[in-house]
Amino acid sequence: MGETVSAPAVDWPAAIFSELKAAGVSQISYVPDAGHARLIRMAHDDPAMKTIVLTTEEEGIAIAAGAWLGGDKSAVLLQSSGVGNCINMLSLANSCRFPLLMLVTMRGEWAEFNPWQVPMGQATPTVLEAMGLTVFRLEKPEETAEMIANAAALAFSGEQQVAVLIAQRMIGRKKWVSK
Amino acid sequence: MGVEMSAGTLDRRVAVKSLLQNRGKTLVITGLGSSTYDTFAAGDHDANFYLWGAMGGAALMGLGLALAQPDRPVLVITGDGEQLMGLGGLVTIAVQKPKNLTIAVLDNGHFGETGMQMSHSGLGADLVAIAKSCGIVQTHDVRDEAGLATLRDAIQDLSTGPRFAAIRIANAEHERALAPRDGIHVRNRMRQHLGLPIM
Repeated sequence: MGETVSAPAVDWPAAIFSELKAAGVSQISYVPDAGHARLIRMAHDDPAMKTIVLTTEEEGIAIAAGAWLGGDKSAVLLQSSGVGNCINMLSLANSCRFPLLMLVTMRGEWAEFNPWQVPMGQATPTVLEAMGLTVFRLEKPEETAEMIANAAALAFSGEQQVAVLIAQRMIGRKKWVSK
Repeated sequence: MGVEMSAGTLDRRVAVKSLLQNRGKTLVITGLGSSTYDTFAAGDHDANFYLWGAMGGAALMGLGLALAQPDRPVLVITGDGEQLMGLGGLVTIAVQKPKNLTIAVLDNGHFGETGMQMSHSGLGADLVAIAKSCGIVQTHDVRDEAGLATLRDAIQDLSTGPRFAAIRIANAEHERALAPRDGIHVRNRMRQHLGLPIM
């Protein structure tokens, strides 16, 4: 297969968006990440989706809590480096059993060029589990729809806090030089 | 010690009670600590959500709620210390422009819950100017009863938000009024108040 992982047969960002819509998600908040770029664009292009750019990831945890209090469902998009910013705010979701769905693009693993991404990448599942989240790991593009649908069901129907970690292998090697 | 800048004279309990008069359909989120006590002391309500933690998150919880309930006024009542921890959130709110959201900061220039250490607002940071520079156009610098009355009316206006108010309160402490700490109970009763299902 070689480098073909960067052009997967399955359009997994589209599959995520479609499953979020099917689950009734109407608010998407994000700190930008290259791995989420297509999904973020789709969210902005959908007039029915309230799409919220954040200055730091924990804002998304508080927004999701308020959204659910008022009858909306909200998903938070972030990179693994932002998980550490969320730690104390996750106690809001945990203490009040607010449904929470975080979609985390992983850095610091597959073909990582930047060593500064490695510590938080390695700590990401541990930190999330320490705060009581259920953590799924998405490795294969063809499993995207099923995993997002079931993570959303666990979050919004089971009233749990759920993170889906999207393997860096799915996102592909970061290009450091623009062509 | 720096020079005390924002020292106000309003009594915090009187100010919060005044803001919540004739609240109508207003949904309220309170920041942890004294803001929660003040709001509970003004009268418990199914449409109040009290934070006991999540410092820096009150205004953003208000944003999520305001976007979900655009036909109701949403009022965040918090303190200067709580808002200072989430200053970036003011930019996030400003660019979303929720017309029904008001953030009211009870500003005594101090961290009241932890021993009255001076906060950045007490040391010179102007929260109203910060909110303006973030892009929140409607701002109130409230220093007296008349200012509270103006803000109280503005909260009900669903066409001009978001708005930010600094309410310059004295730093006198009051007895704690202990709002419910069971987040699931408080969450469920607000959802029921809104006609939303609970588990």
